[in-house]
Amino acid sequence: MTEPRPQPLVRTSDLSKRYRVGRSPFPAQRRIVHAVEQVSLDIFPGETLGIVGESGCGKSTLGRCLVRLTEITSGVLEFEGRDITNASQRQLRPLRRQMQMVFQDPAASLNPRRRVGDLLADPFRVHEKLSRSEMMDRVEDLLVRVELLPEHAQRFPHEFSGGQRQRIGIARALALKPRLIVADEPVSALDVSIQAQIINLLCDLRDEFSLTYVFIAHDLSVVRQFSSRVAVMYMGSIVETGPVDAVFSAPRHHYTAALRSAVPVPDVDNRPGQRIVLKGDLPSPLDPPSGCRFHTRCVAATSVCRHERPVLSLVDKAHFVACHHPRGG
Amino acid sequence: MLAALVSRLGQMVLVMFGISVVAFLIFFATPGADPSARIAGRNASQETLAQVRHDFGLDRPLPVQYALMMERLFISRDLTSFVNRGQRVVPTVLEAIPITLSLVLGAAVLWVLGGLIVGVVAGATRGTWLDRTLMILSLIGVSIPVFWLGEVANLVTQSRWHDTWLFSWVPPLGYIAFTEDPWGWFKALVIPWFTLATLYIGLYGRVLRASIIETMQEDFIRTARAKGIGERRVLLHHGLRTSLVAFVTMFGLDFGALVGGGALLTEVVFGLQGVGKLTYGALQTLDLPMILATVIYASFFVVMANFIVDVAFVFIDPRVRDAH
Amino acid sequence: MPTDAPLLVVENLCVSFRTEGGVVPAVSGVSFSVEQREIVGVVGESGSGKSQTLLAILGLINSPNAVVTGSVRFLGKELLGLKRRALDAIRGRQIAMIFQDPMTALTPVHTIGDQIVEQIRAHESVSRSAARKRSVELLDAVGLPSPESAVDRYPHQLSGGMRQRAVIAMALSCNPALLIADEPTTALDVTVQAQILELIGRLRDAFGSAVILVTHDLGVVAEVADRVLVMYAGRVVEEGGKGQLLREPLHPYAWGLFGSIPPMHGPRPARLTAIPGSPPKLSQMPHGCAFGPRCTFRHEACAAQPSLGGTGGHRSACFLPQDSRQDLRRTLAGRVEA
Repeated sequence: MTEPRPQPLVRTSDLSKRYRVGRSPFPAQRRIVHAVEQVSLDIFPGETLGIVGESGCGKSTLGRCLVRLTEITSGVLEFEGRDITNASQRQLRPLRRQMQMVFQDPAASLNPRRRVGDLLADPFRVHEKLSRSEMMDRVEDLLVRVELLPEHAQRFPHEFSGGQRQRIGIARALALKPRLIVADEPVSALDVSIQAQIINLLCDLRDEFSLTYVFIAHDLSVVRQFSSRVAVMYMGSIVETGPVDAVFSAPRHHYTAALRSAVPVPDVDNRPGQRIVLKGDLPSPLDPPSGCRFHTRCVAATSVCRHERPVLSLVDKAHFVACHHPRGG
Repeated sequence: MLAALVSRLGQMVLVMFGISVVAFLIFFATPGADPSARIAGRNASQETLAQVRHDFGLDRPLPVQYALMMERLFISRDLTSFVNRGQRVVPTVLEAIPITLSLVLGAAVLWVLGGLIVGVVAGATRGTWLDRTLMILSLIGVSIPVFWLGEVANLVTQSRWHDTWLFSWVPPLGYIAFTEDPWGWFKALVIPWFTLATLYIGLYGRVLRASIIETMQEDFIRTARAKGIGERRVLLHHGLRTSLVAFVTMFGLDFGALVGGGALLTEVVFGLQGVGKLTYGALQTLDLPMILATVIYASFFVVMANFIVDVAFVFIDPRVRDAH
Repeated sequence: MPTDAPLLVVENLCVSFRTEGGVVPAVSGVSFSVEQREIVGVVGESGSGKSQTLLAILGLINSPNAVVTGSVRFLGKELLGLKRRALDAIRGRQIAMIFQDPMTALTPVHTIGDQIVEQIRAHESVSRSAARKRSVELLDAVGLPSPESAVDRYPHQLSGGMRQRAVIAMALSCNPALLIADEPTTALDVTVQAQILELIGRLRDAFGSAVILVTHDLGVVAEVADRVLVMYAGRVVEEGGKGQLLREPLHPYAWGLFGSIPPMHGPRPARLTAIPGSPPKLSQMPHGCAFGPRCTFRHEACAAQPSLGGTGGHRSACFLPQDSRQDLRRTLAGRVEA
């Protein structure tokens, strides 16, 4: 690690997010869910960090924390070197241009009674003082950029298909030329053929606007295609992170290996090796296992796994794993 | 579960306390609502007023007055009416309760059965003439004012056709205690029951129909059909059973409100001296102790009904059971 | 009945819906057959008519505006137009169905056990306790942990994967000859999906049931199916053995579908071979080949409706010359790389 590293765009250290569930008047009955536990990440300009994991692993919550759409319980979040862990909404406002989010279901975030042109003009109204004609020009440019037509500005969200609505969602995120886009399952509600179109579009935009992406998805093949680095989450923590090829071709964490082998591949000749089928279900997040959260389902678990929480440690070039008994490289 | 029960009971007590305080303040502490002036009658002299104030404890601070009134209502139970001197409030209310309960219970049986039948039949035959007929009938039922329906029933059964074989069995207006004459009790109440139930059969039928139609679109209904268990069982065992939540909620609230005095119009029309009529009379004469007693009584039933609905949910919907 | 006769023969099945804008076709002339113990994968995107095809087989399309024509023969017996009572004797007993979303597929107010017992007792005259005992065995067979207590649980008390196991246990309760599974793993996480797919494969061996597995995921098909149908806009556009179809797909739509899936190993392509445009709306179906407007190789012949043709059980509905298909497919992939 001698090469000079640029300053990270986003840096988190020990970032945690806890929810309280239940509203019992007795404190003993209130229970805490650790949605995100002590996540430390550096996200460098121009890279695409994929975050994978199964439902309930905390990946979406982490994404929302990164752009401060939700309060952070503890830890530190820095954006361009500035601590914004506890920044107020007013302090965050100028930063909002720099960090945007794309959601799984764009329809839910588009007001059905407003024309797409008006929706896309909103960011300009809030952040820039532009004449009406300038604004409409910018909106049309945006629509063209996401491969829609300028005349689509006059239509309402429900007149578009799912793929087109996601393009509108992307256009809106793109409007103010942000540095960071957090995309939370942006293609998982779409049909396969449309999914590919959107992935291609996101790739083009990354090159054109030199964007930094955090790409959250449960679909490993999509993450592999799109990301340069990947972080695997299990029960709120990152269990493995590293370059995509290294993590997917030689996973060091047993959970990553199981996840990797579970992906069905449309190929009869090139079957992946032995399928690792995990035993049992995800433990309840209200009552997480002691030590390594994965020890209840892990083939390599020993007594140390039950008592001691493993920390992320370097196993290879930029490849970290949180495991007491990592798999061979 | 026990903790939930205890906290619910605590809530009930709190709500009833709040209601009694508000009712007390409305009648005793609103500017211009000097109860002593009303008790003493018109043109009473200042001395009489002062005497009345002292007699009734109205010259004491408000919290003390409230406490005194509650003490006389609940503990010594000797609170007397301001209007009918010497009439004790608590026994009067207790006498009225069986009458209201008889009326509302009987009507409730009718409207639950009627509502279930109308809702299930209309929901199952959605879009057919039978469904449309039932919905028009229930809309009529919902729209007819209960006092008008009651008066028409009285007109028909008490005078016009009273002497025919059809309605000669109908006793004169009024209540007959169940303990004295069960058959007479039934005869005296059967027409009020139908009158009161008409509105609710229409209302419940329509709500249940909508709820069943919605439920029958659910995925689990398709699963049930794919099991090959017959449409009747799909409808009753899966569709109706899951649709009961809205029905039970409404029933609890309506039942509580009616027992609490909401059946006033029916009671007046059929000459039943129930709680509704008692409240109505007390309000007309501004008989404050009586009002307070009936309001607290009513709040007890409304809160109680809510509580019972919540408990019923635990049996109807297992998802609620685990939420506790 | 000879055992080598097909279990299910679907011929020219059409499903359409009357709407305000006229009659909308959802399934147009689908024909296929399922052999005993065979797992047939049906692949297609939303609106391809794959789910409607399955529902039509069991008479589960409940809309009063639906029109279903054609023929569905199960062990030689015509199912379309069967009276409800006769249909109920087959549903759940000889043909069972598993639905996509295990969260909503079970009645929330009854226990898992009650729902399985209900199905057993609808078809067999066994006592309640015997049916319950069998429910426990079934739950055990599908890998539900501690089945004795799970049998008394309500659906919401189980996780998605466990619920889907319970649904499968229920579907298997009367030992059906045919199991129809509509996207059984789509709502589940990959590791759970792997468990369920393994289970379905194991059950074919243990119970001898044939399976129709509908999915949008070619990977799932590759995992478990013997034979594959690809559907697009209400028609079967390609049909073949799993090996044939995955190695050398014949239809340009299938090419696009394969190109759209990012590979899990080997080099990552710079761009995916996405299919341009979006599937046609059912109400605005193009004339001729429905895939024409999105197809790179569209030519004059495509103005007509192609029919399934080909040899060796591998057939496709496309006018392109058979012998040049694989070359054309390579040009498509090459065009993207360039």
